[in-house]
Amino acid sequence: MQRLSITRRRFLLGASAAAASAAMPNVLFAATGGQSRLVVVILRGALDGLAAVPPYGDPHYADLHRDLAIAAPGAADGALDLNGTFGLHPAFEFLHQRYLARELVVFHAVASPYRDRSHFDGQNVLENGLARPLGSADGWLNRAIESLPGRASPRASSERAIAISQNVPLILRGEATVLSKSPLATPDVDEELLSRLADLYSKDDWFSARLSEAVQSEKLADQLTDPVDGAERTMDGPAAKAVAKPAVDRLTGAARMAGSVMRSEGGPEIAVIEATGWDTHANQGGAKGTLAGRLRGLDGALHALYDELGPLWPNTAVLAVTEFGRTAAMNGTRGTDHGTGGCAFLAGGAVRGGRVVADWPGLSANALLENRDLKPTLDLRSVFKGVLDEHLRVDAKTLAARVFPDSSEARTLHGLMRA
Amino acid sequence: MLQPEIAVLRFGLGARPGELAAAGADPRGWLRAQTQGEQPRAGSSPLAPSEEIFASVLAAREEHQMLKREGSSDEQIKAAANALREAYQPHYRAQVLARAQSAALTARPFGERLVHFWSNHFAVSADKGAIHGLAGTLENEAIRPRINGRFIDLLTAVEQHPAMIAFLDNQISVGADSPAARFAARRQPKRGFGINENLAREILELHTLGVGGGYTQTDVTSFAQIITGWSIGGGKGRLAGGTPGRFYFRENMHEPGAKTFLGRRYAQEGQAQGEAVLADLARHPSTARFIAAKLARHFICDDPPPAALDRIARAYLKSDGHLPEVYAALIEAPEAWHPELRKFKTPEDFVFSTLRALDMTPQKPEEVIHSFDLLGQRQYTPGSPAGWADTARNWDGSDALMHRVLWSSRVAERYGQGTSPPDVAVAALGAFARPDTLTALRRATSGGQALALMLMSPEFQRR
Repeated sequence: MQRLSITRRRFLLGASAAAASAAMPNVLFAATGGQSRLVVVILRGALDGLAAVPPYGDPHYADLHRDLAIAAPGAADGALDLNGTFGLHPAFEFLHQRYLARELVVFHAVASPYRDRSHFDGQNVLENGLARPLGSADGWLNRAIESLPGRASPRASSERAIAISQNVPLILRGEATVLSKSPLATPDVDEELLSRLADLYSKDDWFSARLSEAVQSEKLADQLTDPVDGAERTMDGPAAKAVAKPAVDRLTGAARMAGSVMRSEGGPEIAVIEATGWDTHANQGGAKGTLAGRLRGLDGALHALYDELGPLWPNTAVLAVTEFGRTAAMNGTRGTDHGTGGCAFLAGGAVRGGRVVADWPGLSANALLENRDLKPTLDLRSVFKGVLDEHLRVDAKTLAARVFPDSSEARTLHGLMRA
Repeated sequence: MLQPEIAVLRFGLGARPGELAAAGADPRGWLRAQTQGEQPRAGSSPLAPSEEIFASVLAAREEHQMLKREGSSDEQIKAAANALREAYQPHYRAQVLARAQSAALTARPFGERLVHFWSNHFAVSADKGAIHGLAGTLENEAIRPRINGRFIDLLTAVEQHPAMIAFLDNQISVGADSPAARFAARRQPKRGFGINENLAREILELHTLGVGGGYTQTDVTSFAQIITGWSIGGGKGRLAGGTPGRFYFRENMHEPGAKTFLGRRYAQEGQAQGEAVLADLARHPSTARFIAAKLARHFICDDPPPAALDRIARAYLKSDGHLPEVYAALIEAPEAWHPELRKFKTPEDFVFSTLRALDMTPQKPEEVIHSFDLLGQRQYTPGSPAGWADTARNWDGSDALMHRVLWSSRVAERYGQGTSPPDVAVAALGAFARPDTLTALRRATSGGQALALMLMSPEFQRR
């Protein structure tokens, strides 16, 4: 029986992928200029991979994760099945559809090279592309941008990437200029004020550069066919809902923004979205509850991104990653503490999906890392390198030397994208 | 040259009219005076104490959860959710307004900046349900009265404040061998009562030693055991005890016995065990370095020179964490008086310095809330226990700049009439006001435009 076989280490790369998935004709490819699009969703706070992608077939799972464990498919509030061993959290309805459409790869027992348990250092490693938290003020995705092949459209702006936020997160910081645009709309700023400000900044390169980027982002946003709704709040506007504005609304707003900006004429090919609220130390919940609400929010945001990208979806890959996983066992307050191995997602029409990629180490006491965490068996950088190589066509030499230095042990994972 | 300006702009919160002159005679003495005695909140807005807020919010939350559990009608649940919001929102709004008023009005702006600095060091985030409405109480009750004392007293007050305990989930962390856990295990054998590591880890990583400060996972777990029972009063049945909304040590949740932490054995009983660990943490050289580095980054530049950091850390260790002596080392550091404005203002710095430059005091919470929403630093919601970032690269996105332009033009439209922007610029920036900027202000087509340009000038955007 399959449920028992997982106790042995089992290489699942492509295990459930049917041969049919490989050759889906991509009719829309030419119509959109053929440029590949990449959206990276950073899940800050350490998502519990054992709740998001329950390994219900592992015999130790239910005992360890206890109240937080997701039941096997078929049971009440059970997982959405992936391959008879792993499932998706029941909140992931949209992601499950993408999996069935062979547009989602789920990675498990995956981690960045970081092995301690600080959120902030963990996020640094996730974004700087090195094996250590300090040592680089720029991010791997920015370094990758420098080596992207040229743009198809001559009308395209020089900026290739956008952060859907007011400020640029580490992953996108660096020499290549990137745009930033939050879902919070800026009503038009007086043109004359902007031009006088440009004069005032003429002797200050730092401010000059930022102002010209800001003006360009505004132009891009002005071209959006339909404005991003629900986002405009101004100083004179209606009272903001004080502190309780749910993070899930903001996330959907950001996803929609990313989709519409990328779809606009000359829009960027790369976008980064950030989502917080995964640090579930207490009362995490199972199929329902706190984390379930967050996962539903993420699923909804990805659905919104899919809708918004529309004709670009077949050229798109969406990577959703977190800094590390959480403890295999439920803690004493019905939550989970900081762990190591976890899950990651790669979705999109360009993805050769319908597969779980996991060299599953198992959850038995001997198999756990330091007797507490899911042991990572796949380096996230291998996934990143695979996507940059096959999707964005960043050449191997640059990948190894510039984008992910010191990553020779994290070999490029091939075969993630459709041919 | 520039010494009064640096004292007021970099160490303080930006100049109020006449403040440059007030600091001018003895800028260092002006700063040192603010490191002694109390740092009263300026402005007259009344604020409710945490226990009162805690009690009212708790009642509304229990009602809401009970209705949800019982499967009541959607309407009833919605009404209870509204009641919950109405219970905490007025407190959040009052705290945000009071904070801005105090920043606008205080005659001790260096002390006020230190309140903000420590509030960010010991960050809690009001977007976590359990502490809606409580975030500002940590700043005003635990931090404000202790910025000019010893670090250990500040640290202990913070870690025993209900806002911090609830933010990092310690009120329900139970020692597995405690009487409470053993009793509960008999009744609910499957439930598994025990610790969570959240508060313990963040005290080590963010409040004292810093990441890489020399602790291991074993130390984190052990420290979490040590502070089991550090909880909040109130509750029902077996959880009754203590004053609702106040720190309460729950002996029956505390993991009994001596424990080892950072290689040292702690044999104290009960609450004293955790306090002994805090005392040793406060004295640790890693803590001295971590705090010195954060102060240097805040007051000198994003990447401060190690020599300055060493001097501040030495002052910390020599004085056993007596904060006025730590501040004195900072004030005496020549690097802190660098004539170039090297710190890019955070939205908070920008808003507060604008209020001071224009001699404005916000009267309605909406004005403040909307401003910070627009500028991307919603008050008391850094989102993570690490607090807001203190380096330019976290605030210098192009979209963020455009929001500053927008906010400046709104403020200027409203307040630009009847002011003389070049005079405002000189009063606010002193000798930092560049001739180019003053020329641009004089050539502007309206008072509003000139004021917006002043607020957005490179010298006003930095400190």
